[in-house]
Amino acid sequence: MSAELLRVERLSKRFGGFTALQDVDLHVNAGERLGLIGPNGSGKTTMINCISGALYNDEGRIRFAGEDITRLPPFERARLGIARSFQIPRPFRSMSVLENLRIPLEYAARSRTEHRRIDDEAMEVLERIGLKKLAQAPSGSLTQVDMRKLELARALAAKPQLLVSDEAMAGLSSSEVDEILEILFTLNKGGVAVIMIEHIMRAVMRFSERIVVLDAGRKICEGLPDDVCRDREVEKAYLGE
Amino acid sequence: MFRSRADVVFWVVLVAVFLAGLGATYVVKNEYYFTALYGILQAMLMAVAWNILGGFTGYVNFGSAGFFALGAYTVVFLDKALGLPLPLLIVAAALVCGLLGLGVGYLSLRLKGVYFAIATLATAIVLETLITNWRYVGGGRGAYLVAPAEVPFLFSSYVDMLFVVMLALTLGAVAISRYLNASRLGRGLAAIRDDEGAAECAGVPTLRLKLISTTLMGALMGVAGAPYPFFVTFIDPASAFNLFVAVNAIAMPMIGGTAHWLGPVIGAILVGGTQEVVTVTVKAEYSVLVVGIMLVLFITLAPQGIVGLAQKYLRRRK
Amino acid sequence: MDLFANAIVAGVLLGAFYAAVAVGLAITFGQLDIVNIAHPAFVIVGSYIAWIVNSRLGIDPVLVGVLASPLFFVAGALVYRVYYAAFERTGQESLSGLAFFFGVMFIIEVSLILVYGVDYRNVTASYIGESIELGYVGIPLRLLVPFLAASLMTGGVWLYLSRTFTGRAILAVAQDRLALQLMGADPVRIKQWAFGLAIGTTAIAGALLIIIGPVEPSVGRVYIGRAFAVVVLGGMGSIPGMIIAALLLGVVESFVSTFAGPSWAPAVAFGVLLLTLAVRPSGLFGRA
Repeated sequence: MSAELLRVERLSKRFGGFTALQDVDLHVNAGERLGLIGPNGSGKTTMINCISGALYNDEGRIRFAGEDITRLPPFERARLGIARSFQIPRPFRSMSVLENLRIPLEYAARSRTEHRRIDDEAMEVLERIGLKKLAQAPSGSLTQVDMRKLELARALAAKPQLLVSDEAMAGLSSSEVDEILEILFTLNKGGVAVIMIEHIMRAVMRFSERIVVLDAGRKICEGLPDDVCRDREVEKAYLGE
Repeated sequence: MFRSRADVVFWVVLVAVFLAGLGATYVVKNEYYFTALYGILQAMLMAVAWNILGGFTGYVNFGSAGFFALGAYTVVFLDKALGLPLPLLIVAAALVCGLLGLGVGYLSLRLKGVYFAIATLATAIVLETLITNWRYVGGGRGAYLVAPAEVPFLFSSYVDMLFVVMLALTLGAVAISRYLNASRLGRGLAAIRDDEGAAECAGVPTLRLKLISTTLMGALMGVAGAPYPFFVTFIDPASAFNLFVAVNAIAMPMIGGTAHWLGPVIGAILVGGTQEVVTVTVKAEYSVLVVGIMLVLFITLAPQGIVGLAQKYLRRRK
Repeated sequence: MDLFANAIVAGVLLGAFYAAVAVGLAITFGQLDIVNIAHPAFVIVGSYIAWIVNSRLGIDPVLVGVLASPLFFVAGALVYRVYYAAFERTGQESLSGLAFFFGVMFIIEVSLILVYGVDYRNVTASYIGESIELGYVGIPLRLLVPFLAASLMTGGVWLYLSRTFTGRAILAVAQDRLALQLMGADPVRIKQWAFGLAIGTTAIAGALLIIIGPVEPSVGRVYIGRAFAVVVLGGMGSIPGMIIAALLLGVVESFVSTFAGPSWAPAVAFGVLLLTLAVRPSGLFGRA
């Protein structure tokens, strides 16, 4: 029974009159692979924004590695070990691919990294992700799939305990999806817990040990992939009555 | 400090330039040169300072004249009230303007991009109105500053001394800027400039770094303004807060190149030099027009500036 | 008491004028998100043209403004073409576009100083110097005529934007470029038209400005604060909001000027701007 890494309790988030999340409970254990799915607008991205700290929740608490991080700013959460990749890649365009990785290594992972080894470690990450040849390329000139890889590389360079992958495979071809999936599996084998947000069902089913389903801001189902698939509420949410 | 050969070269050049400037004050008797160079150095210091927030961090400051004038008027006030010596006055100006920079940094919390730039302009004009209505420092009418009768150390004239002071200050600012550019802090600022949200998620304490950036910029601009009252001997809000200072502070880095510490230096030499030439050969007022035209031309045709062009050229040759 | 009443009246009259100055900016900045910080500089050019034609040919300044506006419209369209080619197409708007207009503003102001010097210029017309007395309130005609002309122009622009196809396309291009394209309108041409319209208004606004009081090149700068304050306070994208904000600003400024002294007036607009940006950047009536 592995230790609990992240616990989200009764999380609520409103935007003016619109309730994006209502009373959602979520937990992730160390090294676990969690899938987070739901129809568009169900609150998935809001949830990870609240977890990463980009947004502050209105109600509820978030605990990470035993600490209450509810009011911590995003950079502190990154330092503690929460990393996220963005749905639309956001590289540091004035920097090369390698330089992009220096930032998380020097900042988020600072306490876990030796100063002299930063460039070496950055190259190691690029090797694991498969971007080594593009190390000196300007990050703004990459192909779509390489940019997604760079997002994951940057998240990995932060040496996280938890990685939130926000639709890293959206719009990719079948073989590209497999490439990204391989990377995520490799990360997870290294001990990183992963929350995967994805619409591509075969990827979610293959990857997740457990799935949480959101609909209209509420959690409507949670369990093993096969069970979730057959759940009536989930069917209703995606397909209607 | 001496991490590499480039560092050694830089410091050797820096010290050489300073000694050359110092030596020139003994050899060259025509004061026009030092007056002209003072102006260029002042502009360079402002440009270097502006670039720390504008080029390195990506936040555009339209209110540079405000910082400059606040530094100048801090000196006017303290000189009138306490008669402090010049070094202390410069430190005081740095502190006061650094504090203003800190305040402006907090502004960046709520305001992004364009709105931040407009807010800095508004801050400068509010400052100008406050000082125009402050009679102790002369208000709208202005104030006279008398240079002390005896000139300290081994200088032959007060202008000579001010020139050397400004030279030292400017070289110091360039060294700070260069150090920043290549440091961990500088890389964090670049990450903020490229994508603040992604930087924060990568562990960069964006608020803290922005505050450092704005405070440093403010302090350096205040330092640029500090000797100004003694240089011109008559100061009034119109001249201290003038638009020309603000435009130069933006134009020089943008023409020279904003991402690199050399950009504002090259921009200041090019633009300032051109202005001097135009002043001498054509008419003084036209030199002011030159900045505006150069700025618009460079922005539309070569937005990466001279340093950017050079880098592209070097990359193509590889 | 009559000081109070006079302050309010003057404030309202001026406020309507501020709206006329700002309506062009409400289009370029409020609708198109183009930070044309050179907008007040164009107004000053309008003032100078009114002065030149008025002093040479004796034509009424308001008429000069109206006649000059098509020229300004063309100039505005040209400026937008350059801006679009250099910045919008490449996506470099923020820093470079801003600095571009800053440079344009600087060039305009300095060129005026070079050609005409820093002396104050004014126009002559039969109504300048006269005023109407209503009880204990005196209404100077040099404020009333611009008030009427400004209201007409601002109201006309607002009607154009809300009733005609092109006008509504301008309002739409800010909100949804793609939908506009699907409707058969070219966003770039719409924006060019809008920018031209905005600069066209500055010809008239400039003429009104020089009726209200004498003008010299640096007068434009305080209007940067007023115009932006009014657009931001009213709420980006809301022209009625802008009009209300303009009236508010006019009245507040008038009070400060009357009771604290005119040298404090510039701080009011910029102070309001700062406050709005700090507390409620979406303004009173704006889209978020």
